[in-house]
Amino acid sequence: MRITTAILALTAKLISGASVRWVDCQPDTCQRVYFANHTSHLDALLIWSSLPPDVRQLTRPVAAKDYWEKGFVRRYLAKQFNALLIDRREIKVHQSPVDLMIREIGTTHSLIVFPEGSRNTDPEMKEFKSGLYYLSKKRPDLELVPVYIENLSRVLPRGEFLPVPLLSCVIFGPPVWLETNEPKAHFLTRAREAVIGLKDI
Amino acid sequence: MPALLPTPEIATCLLANGAVQVLLDRPATILLVAVLVLLLLAWALGNYLEKRPEADVNLALVKSFNRRIQAWLIMYLILGATFLAGSSRIPAVILFFIVSFWALREFITLTPTTFADHRALFWVFFVFTPLQYILVGFGHHDYEWMGFVINPGRIFITWIPIFAFLFIPARIAFAGDHKRYLERTAKIQAGLIICVYALSHAPALLDLKYVGAEAKQWEGGNAGVLFFFIIVVQMSEVFQFVWTQLLGQRVIARAINSNRTWEGFVGGVLTSMVLGTALFWVTPFNPIQAASMALILAITGFAGAMTMSAVKRDRGVEDYGTLVEGHVGVLDRFDSICFAAPVFYHVTKFFFAEAG
Repeated sequence: MRITTAILALTAKLISGASVRWVDCQPDTCQRVYFANHTSHLDALLIWSSLPPDVRQLTRPVAAKDYWEKGFVRRYLAKQFNALLIDRREIKVHQSPVDLMIREIGTTHSLIVFPEGSRNTDPEMKEFKSGLYYLSKKRPDLELVPVYIENLSRVLPRGEFLPVPLLSCVIFGPPVWLETNEPKAHFLTRAREAVIGLKDI
Repeated sequence: MPALLPTPEIATCLLANGAVQVLLDRPATILLVAVLVLLLLAWALGNYLEKRPEADVNLALVKSFNRRIQAWLIMYLILGATFLAGSSRIPAVILFFIVSFWALREFITLTPTTFADHRALFWVFFVFTPLQYILVGFGHHDYEWMGFVINPGRIFITWIPIFAFLFIPARIAFAGDHKRYLERTAKIQAGLIICVYALSHAPALLDLKYVGAEAKQWEGGNAGVLFFFIIVVQMSEVFQFVWTQLLGQRVIARAINSNRTWEGFVGGVLTSMVLGTALFWVTPFNPIQAASMALILAITGFAGAMTMSAVKRDRGVEDYGTLVEGHVGVLDRFDSICFAAPVFYHVTKFFFAEAG
């Protein structure tokens, strides 16, 4: 498992020529939720491979079950990266994605999430879905780290399967937390702006 | 000089048609070793200056000097090692392929392309660029194929400026996005021509059959011509910089690059001619011809640096490596070489090489 993921991570880094920047934030094995803009299939893989190996082992990408359980290759990849698959169609009360995430990470793992919901083809980021808010409400101790991925939509845009090896950049920003009594809409806007703000650094 | 330095072959390369090509002769090896020693000394000096920062040295200048020296040292080490160990031109061609690929990557990254250009870009990166270098790599003689006689060395001249040049706009048209169509197409074409086509003429210098004095075949090593080319272009950049520091008054175009002055340009060109003359013994040129070649190299190299500065200003960046924090890009290092290579190749081919 280590070898497959290491090779995939290296390939992703070579194809995307990614440089990694940590702005007011350091890699750490504490429990975190990395939330990023979503423009390409490579996003989760690239964030994952941008982390140092010890952090990588503890970090699980969150992905859509309907997509990643289709076909042998996708199932295999999801398994290799220890992905946390979320059923987007059947959301039950006590089986909500947020509950599932909290149960799965326990007290050791971190998550990679894309609060836009699906891959975005517009230059503007979409509004965030509310999962990040509920996650933070139930587990206020989690550090929410905004991540901005630059140029990856040009490397492998939605609907394409052949990459173009342009240079991209992954920027990790300073963590945000849910303030006490902060309204949902306010928090989600703030989180979205934390990601957008990394664009101009 | 030639009497003092006979030209035994240090490294030769056996071509596919059975002929033997001299790559490194003794003068070229001496030059390579001398350059490596000088670079190592400069590197040691630079590191020493960086370690003891005192008021009399400009630390930013020393750092940029050190990075430049390091990049050159790596390049000459790789070139020297490939010629000596491999006795083949292919590693040198691969080295330039990697440089081209990376420079193109930097160029296109800073160029706004849209989703509709994706497939065309894939062709550019994975078909046109590798094929150009494959043609250069196998360009030294004719191949027979199904009764045809094919010379890759002749195709490499037309491959990108004709076939790729026309293919790109057609492929983008098929993708069906007309917004800023001409602009997007032109930018991709410019990147491909400058970063790949122009630069590929540098390793192609290893393929020419040079004619020396009295119209006889030149017996020296072809790597000498490549070294002459690279050293003169790179040093002309350094001379130009030094003369600007010493005498620089009249800036050529402030909006493009405020560090390039007429004094630096003239001083750089003249000093490069002196250097070129001093290096004539690794080439098939006599001293006066070597001086003229150095003149051409210094002018075209300078033009290349100016042009690429203009592109950078247009895109609003300082260096092509901007995405990689604190790094100067590959294209920043090779801009002058990209422009000088095709001009030098064709002038050399016209005056100093056998036809074909």
